[in-house]
Amino acid sequence: MTEHLKMDQVQPHLLDETGQGVLSVPMPRPEGPLKVTGRAPYAAEYKAEGMATGVMVRAAITKGTYAVDTASVEDMPGYLGVFTDKMVRNAAQGTMGTNPAQMGDKILYLGQPIAVVVAETFEQARDIAAVLKVDYTEDDDAVCDFDGVSDWPDSDKPDQGDLDQAMSDATFTVDSMYTTKPHNSAAMEPHAALAEWDGDKLTLHGSLQMLGYNRDEVADSLGIDAKNVRLLAPYVGGGFGSKLGMSPDCVGAAVAAKALGRPVRVVLSRNNVFEMIVLRTATRQRLRLAADKDGKLLGLGQENWQSNLPDEPMAEPVDLATHFLYGGENRRYGQHVAILNRPASGSVRAPGEAVGMLALENAMDELAEKSGIDPIELRLRNIPEKHPETGVQYSARSLAEALTEGAKAFGWDKRQKAGTRREGEWYIGMGVASAARTNILMESRANVTLNPDGTALVQTDMTDIGTGTYAILGQIAAEMLGLDPQKVTVELGDTDLPKSSGSGGSWGAASAGSSVFLGAKAIRRKLAERLGCEVEALRLQDGVATGGNNRRPLAELMDAPITEEGHIEPGQTDEDYHQAGYGAHFAEVAVNAVTGEVRVRRMLAAMAAGRILNRQTATSQVWGGQIWGIGTALTEAIEHDPRTGHVVNNDLAEYHVPVNLDVGDLEVMFIEERDDASSPIQAKGIGELGLSGAGAAVTNAIYNACGVRVYDYPATPDRIFPHLP
Amino acid sequence: MQITLTVNGAAREVDIDPRTTLLDVMRHHLDLTGSKKGCDHGQCGACTMLVNGRRINGCLSLAVMHDGDEITTIEGLGDPGNLSPLQAAFVRNDGYQCGYCTPGQIMSAKGMYDEFNKGWPSHVSDDLTAEPNFTTAEIKERMSGNLCRCSAYPGICKAIEESAEEEGLTKRKAAE
Repeated sequence: MTEHLKMDQVQPHLLDETGQGVLSVPMPRPEGPLKVTGRAPYAAEYKAEGMATGVMVRAAITKGTYAVDTASVEDMPGYLGVFTDKMVRNAAQGTMGTNPAQMGDKILYLGQPIAVVVAETFEQARDIAAVLKVDYTEDDDAVCDFDGVSDWPDSDKPDQGDLDQAMSDATFTVDSMYTTKPHNSAAMEPHAALAEWDGDKLTLHGSLQMLGYNRDEVADSLGIDAKNVRLLAPYVGGGFGSKLGMSPDCVGAAVAAKALGRPVRVVLSRNNVFEMIVLRTATRQRLRLAADKDGKLLGLGQENWQSNLPDEPMAEPVDLATHFLYGGENRRYGQHVAILNRPASGSVRAPGEAVGMLALENAMDELAEKSGIDPIELRLRNIPEKHPETGVQYSARSLAEALTEGAKAFGWDKRQKAGTRREGEWYIGMGVASAARTNILMESRANVTLNPDGTALVQTDMTDIGTGTYAILGQIAAEMLGLDPQKVTVELGDTDLPKSSGSGGSWGAASAGSSVFLGAKAIRRKLAERLGCEVEALRLQDGVATGGNNRRPLAELMDAPITEEGHIEPGQTDEDYHQAGYGAHFAEVAVNAVTGEVRVRRMLAAMAAGRILNRQTATSQVWGGQIWGIGTALTEAIEHDPRTGHVVNNDLAEYHVPVNLDVGDLEVMFIEERDDASSPIQAKGIGELGLSGAGAAVTNAIYNACGVRVYDYPATPDRIFPHLP
Repeated sequence: MQITLTVNGAAREVDIDPRTTLLDVMRHHLDLTGSKKGCDHGQCGACTMLVNGRRINGCLSLAVMHDGDEITTIEGLGDPGNLSPLQAAFVRNDGYQCGYCTPGQIMSAKGMYDEFNKGWPSHVSDDLTAEPNFTTAEIKERMSGNLCRCSAYPGICKAIEESAEEEGLTKRKAAE
């Protein structure tokens, strides 16, 4: 049976009435022992009888056509073949469900996958790929840099009111240009695929976030029926958006395996990951704020310029949070997407907010400075009653609590005037930024099975990319069924299991979690019938059912397992309420008065994301967000060669993700909240909320420390040092 | 080429292509996939293993250079049902998320304890000629060759601090 819920109205807080007490509390991940012993298998670590190894070949020109000269390598040891058929230009975009662009012999960016070389061993394939002769015909009309764009496309975003008028009427105004460099997800596990055919049926171990969509993308790219594709990804070594869509290694491995009649494994090199997988576009952003004498916003504007390859159904939604975070009658947006011959742009953790909130929250800091209003007070004054553009009411929104309680815990009252606190050769400062991330519920299914011996099984094609899915789905089932979580087994990452929301957009926990909740709810109803009580009166705890003056161990109520499918769909509450997670980030930094070097001493995040399902894994997600904030603020920047679009720093030595010593003391606090509109489990996403605004808190702290406002990210010493007092 | 490695206490003879890295011998030839490949360039540390007791990046070393060497990989510590103190501390403190960098973090920490015992200084040591103190800053500096994009650094540091003595750290303060 299927327990189906379309989220058309707010739901009761059943999870506050169940009595097991295993939800929300910290619980170590059940798969932890496999991970810390190296026994959890990732995509490239499966074996298949007779497996060959493939290596991707990348385009060495920016734009033109190519032909591979197979004869140049046929005699090399171990050679099995060179395949160009069905090659995809880049990874698919998240939730696309169709093939990414397939270009035939055309090249649109340097680093584009153009062939897969297959040999008996990795060492052989790598050398063959290096030697393979490729004949290129180069076009001379490539455009690789913002400065080369002659014609920026117009934006189709309508204005609200008259921002120009508001700017001239205002007592205080900000009008600033910010720029951000491209970012790479840089998940630690490079994308990998092991493809094996059995007749028309393809089994593929992949490193993927959203198997239901990925299956359609693989099938569409290969021109086969999705029913003939099975994807497996029980362990994924990080995603951060880079594995939302099927990657070129999947197609390369599948095509080669079919042609050779044996399994083929293709693992992307780290350089490949920087080129063939989507990166976050560079942005230019113009921020305008118009405020009255009390700091109340009369209007705001956020216009952005960015780039992508042709025909990519994705633009960085830079202004996503700006639409609903602060009030102000007059509003202007604008999005201009140029076509550049660079690797494809796509989702990197918190698309939109990750860069949009840097500029917005820096601009708010500028306004605070100009108006002489404390940055927290300024934000509190501008929290709108209703959505300032649609008039829709908000669901749970603890932004004010996050700002004020966070400030108290952080010691915000000790913040001094900009440039006045010095310790030796270091300027010290504090910064704050709001956090906001739109909440999304997605359709999701899961099977829940309760066994007479008091064990349970959860099955869904959902993935755990480090986010804690194994832990929280087990906890939800255990809480609903009155079991120790250790008695619940969670099976994930297999398209033979019920189709889930997948991991992305911070919707995984609430969506997949709700499907498990619903499956378990159906089991509760059956148990109540068998016990002879109303389901409202049923209490399940430690394998015993109580209700209506009856008390029976589960084993006495069941002679066979009960399996129920839970199925959640978004509904009317999505229209009736504007839903988002909120929070506040605080940072204390030290800026070296001699070199301009910035060190983040400590950060605090106060987060409000509805029901927290596991305080330990949720904290880890926020730590991740804070540290990504440090990276975006201080070090992360892809540098494109302006002549060729080449990703110059296409490895982890030159693209600087934060290392252990870059990170000061981190504190995370959760604001107690239930979001009734979000889902039947009242939870919202937190993985991206933790990043939204985090980097701005760091750069605002830099300003408070030394009086230098950074407009061009990241805030490397060369951008600070020349402006020091 | 024929070489013999002592891996996790057992002698293993392998006949390998001389281009094969120590990491790929483990992953492709000995079915020891616990050591991870994150960059194949010595930049991320996911492949960290101990060679004759010292931590190295397995991807930066050719296997044929290690004929006769003693190598410890993550599989040589504990089993899922019988974790080493450091492994248990990683689970307890959520010193990971996706788990991909984790074997490298743990092997790196194992090697680091020994470097403390030997009195090696680091970039953050105040005095390069004195024995170092086992401080958070020292741990962070010495673990900065192991990237964690999930950014579990707070949990990683806590796990390393909590299990130090159990894992063989002889003293926390140089003066002791």
